[in-house]
Amino acid sequence: MSDTTQELVLAADGRPLKQSLRRALLRQKLRALMLIAPLLIFVVVTFIVPIFSMLFRSVENEIVPDTLPGVTQALADWDSSTGELPNDDVFRHLYIDMFKASEAKTHTRLGSRLNYEMTGLSSLFRTTGRGLDDIGEEWQDPLEDIDPNFKDGAFWYEMMSGTDGEDLLEERRDLFATMVGESMDGDVGFIPSMQIAEMLPWTTRAYTDFAIWTAIDDEDVVAEEDPWESVYGALGMDLTNPDSVAAIQSYSGFGADALKAAVANVDQLPQTTFRAEFGKENEDWLSPEVWSTIQLYSSRMTPGYFLNAVDMQLTPDGIAEKPENQQIYKQLFMRTLVMALIITASCVVLGYPVAWLLANLPMRTASLLMILVLLPFWTSLLVRTSAWKVLLQQQGVINEILVWLGFVNDADRLILMNNATGTIIAMTHILLPFMILPLYSVMKTIQPSYLRAAKSLGATNWTAFWRVYFPQSVPGIGAGSILVFILAIGYYITPEIVGGTSGVFISNRIAYHISSSLNWGLAAALGSILLVVVLGLYWCYDRIVGIDNVKLGG
Amino acid sequence: MNELIVNIKRPNLLTFTMPIVAVLGAMFGFVTGNIFGDPFIGAVGGAVVGAVLALALAKIVSIKRWKKIWGVAVVFAVVAALFGGVGGFLGGFVVGLSMGWFATWVGTGKYRAGVPIYYTPGQVLWHCTFLFICAFVFFFLIAPLIPVVWLSFNAENFFTFTPEMLSFKSAGYSLKHYRDFLGTDEWMVPLKNSLIIAPIATLISVSLGTLAAIGLSQSHVPGRQVMMAILISPMIVPLIISATGMFFFYAPLGNWLQLNLGLNQAFVGYVKVILAHAVLGIPFVIITVTATLVGFDSSLTRAAANMGADPVTTFFRVQMPLILPGVISGGLFAFITSFDEVVVVLFVGSARQQTLPWQMYTGLREQISPTILAAATILVSVSILLLATVELLRRRSERLRGMSPG
Repeated sequence: MSDTTQELVLAADGRPLKQSLRRALLRQKLRALMLIAPLLIFVVVTFIVPIFSMLFRSVENEIVPDTLPGVTQALADWDSSTGELPNDDVFRHLYIDMFKASEAKTHTRLGSRLNYEMTGLSSLFRTTGRGLDDIGEEWQDPLEDIDPNFKDGAFWYEMMSGTDGEDLLEERRDLFATMVGESMDGDVGFIPSMQIAEMLPWTTRAYTDFAIWTAIDDEDVVAEEDPWESVYGALGMDLTNPDSVAAIQSYSGFGADALKAAVANVDQLPQTTFRAEFGKENEDWLSPEVWSTIQLYSSRMTPGYFLNAVDMQLTPDGIAEKPENQQIYKQLFMRTLVMALIITASCVVLGYPVAWLLANLPMRTASLLMILVLLPFWTSLLVRTSAWKVLLQQQGVINEILVWLGFVNDADRLILMNNATGTIIAMTHILLPFMILPLYSVMKTIQPSYLRAAKSLGATNWTAFWRVYFPQSVPGIGAGSILVFILAIGYYITPEIVGGTSGVFISNRIAYHISSSLNWGLAAALGSILLVVVLGLYWCYDRIVGIDNVKLGG
Repeated sequence: MNELIVNIKRPNLLTFTMPIVAVLGAMFGFVTGNIFGDPFIGAVGGAVVGAVLALALAKIVSIKRWKKIWGVAVVFAVVAALFGGVGGFLGGFVVGLSMGWFATWVGTGKYRAGVPIYYTPGQVLWHCTFLFICAFVFFFLIAPLIPVVWLSFNAENFFTFTPEMLSFKSAGYSLKHYRDFLGTDEWMVPLKNSLIIAPIATLISVSLGTLAAIGLSQSHVPGRQVMMAILISPMIVPLIISATGMFFFYAPLGNWLQLNLGLNQAFVGYVKVILAHAVLGIPFVIITVTATLVGFDSSLTRAAANMGADPVTTFFRVQMPLILPGVISGGLFAFITSFDEVVVVLFVGSARQQTLPWQMYTGLREQISPTILAAATILVSVSILLLATVELLRRRSERLRGMSPG
């Protein structure tokens, strides 16, 4: 025991004390974390993940490349600045992709999506979707005249089937599945022949799509069904390709006779391009602007919604402002900010004297008066909103009293509701307790002796208040203002009911895009901008007051 | 301050009391004159009445102050009733009450009560103005609720006062909106939904929230700030954004639950709304419970452990009873959040999960019937009860912690 200083201090169980303490601390930390973990996971899964999925939705643009995979690939090489239309290859892809989409009825969704960027595209896609069969029949009828075998679904099945085409099948299946957003798993009962696929690439693509849709979605047997019109159109595309024609001449498998007959009588087939056919359906397809819009929005991520949310748009020449008459969001954001500021300011003006009174009265009187502040705070938001509707409407209490007292003519009653005035009055009332409570808790800590000291040193009442009391109450004003501002800027119900059209906030626009116009991407972009503003303010709030100091109910 | 009140001097009648009461009289006279079409004659008449009233009240010393005020109110009411019937009677009563009170308040010098004796007249004036401003703000806070309660007894299907209501005829009043509220599925189903959703959501947020708050309030918690920020975030993020995010997230989740687990649609709908509301209630539980735990003496748990209690027993027998007020008031906040919530349920729920606020919201947009006001009155009563409970709990907890002076 002579050199205890050299030895480690041991705990009761013989371990070194230091190690033992560290283990205890670790255990304590783990226990705390285990208590928090269930809630943390719950909040992250049911709240944080949804918020992030919303943020993601504001840039996500998968619908264009998913619905028109061939077109977006083919368009990549097209230079929109030349003012020329894309080549016929693009239109061929458009035909194959559109036909598939119109069978799955996703082309209208794509149309609505692109309509947000260029008005008129929705109807373009919708009407074209109806005319796709006609385009295919241009080829179908002569082909069936050349060889009646082309009428027969079983003949087509036999001709297209073969070996080694599994990869092609899976590729087309994946494209289909991403387009409809559902799994397309299952037995198709058809494997494309690799030989045919190399000889007739367009036809094979179209036929494979047909086979997948028939087997998986319609749950029919592929061999018993007549192929889509697009398959005939696709064969027409292949027959204009010299390579395919040469391959057919040396082909000897099933259906060789029919194909050779088609090559021999190729002059009976329509001598036209798919570009011309689409132009016949709807001349908008011949407008380079339509194509440059599709090209601009063909990537998987787009800044388009965010640009829309700040009244900008993507043009081939880069980002530009929208025309003056289409700008609404910047103004709406400004209005939201201005109205939230007015509401915050009115809350400070009304709340400051009351908080001062509550903080300086004897405890018992203050608690009684506090009930008058807390009662509206605890009352349902909808009750208070309906109260303001009762008060503010044209036949409402305020107007009735003013008319009865003779201050306002019965004919020209004040319009207090369905405009910004209504929103400001009602929201000031609703948010006032949120200003009074933080102000009160700050003022409660200010020593009244400071004021007396100032006065005894010769300050006037005003100087004493302004130079001594007011600076000490500024943290309360800051806390209350940020709280009220954060709450005001995201309000939805009250502006919706008493705000009419000129008194609504950005949140009402978000709700409109979610439930009425269904432009979810734009709603998400507007929401993201609002969220960033609020989080910025929240950060300030944390710096000024600290989250731990948030108090509820006094 | 009592000695100050005793020493108050009565102000000069002719130069102070009479002119000031005359000004108030002129204001009332102006308004009254305005009803009959000539505000200026009314103002002059009112000033004369005010001055005379001040003089009369000052000269009569044999009657107690409040008896004088009531007397003035009755006289005014009777005179006004001769001109304006029942409405006039009420108006006259209010005017008489205010003028009588004001005349004695000024005349006896009571207005200087509570004001240091050295104050200049300007300062006294400011002090009184300040009190009037505060009274106005309190009025602004409470008054909007009064017409709602009043109109909910309307016999007609209007959102406005009928002449019968204003003249206090019994024909103008009825309980029919309450009967509508209590007797129709249109309101009872939403009420039932609210009463299913809110308690379950509260239970989830309270149980998880209390555990987490205890974890958070321990001394060594890594990443405490970040976790706190995450847990408080549902309160900070504007409801419309939460609703949007949940809308995108819960719709596919619900479909997935229905397809893969074969759950029925109504059940999934309730689950979605309950989960959403539970998240919204969590910050309130966290805030109130951590605030309660600040005053919690952790040596009590150590003492319990020392005497051989395991952590679970310690929690339920020692810690829980002490923090119970905080837990209950957090639970009430969570309950009212869910019970009062409409934005998220509008986006996440379907028609089957229609809650009471949702029904009120639809009613307010389409203005169908004053049944909304009956519902509102019932909700106001509920909130008064909740407020009373929270206040009692807060006082109890402060008393337990020895923080409250009264």
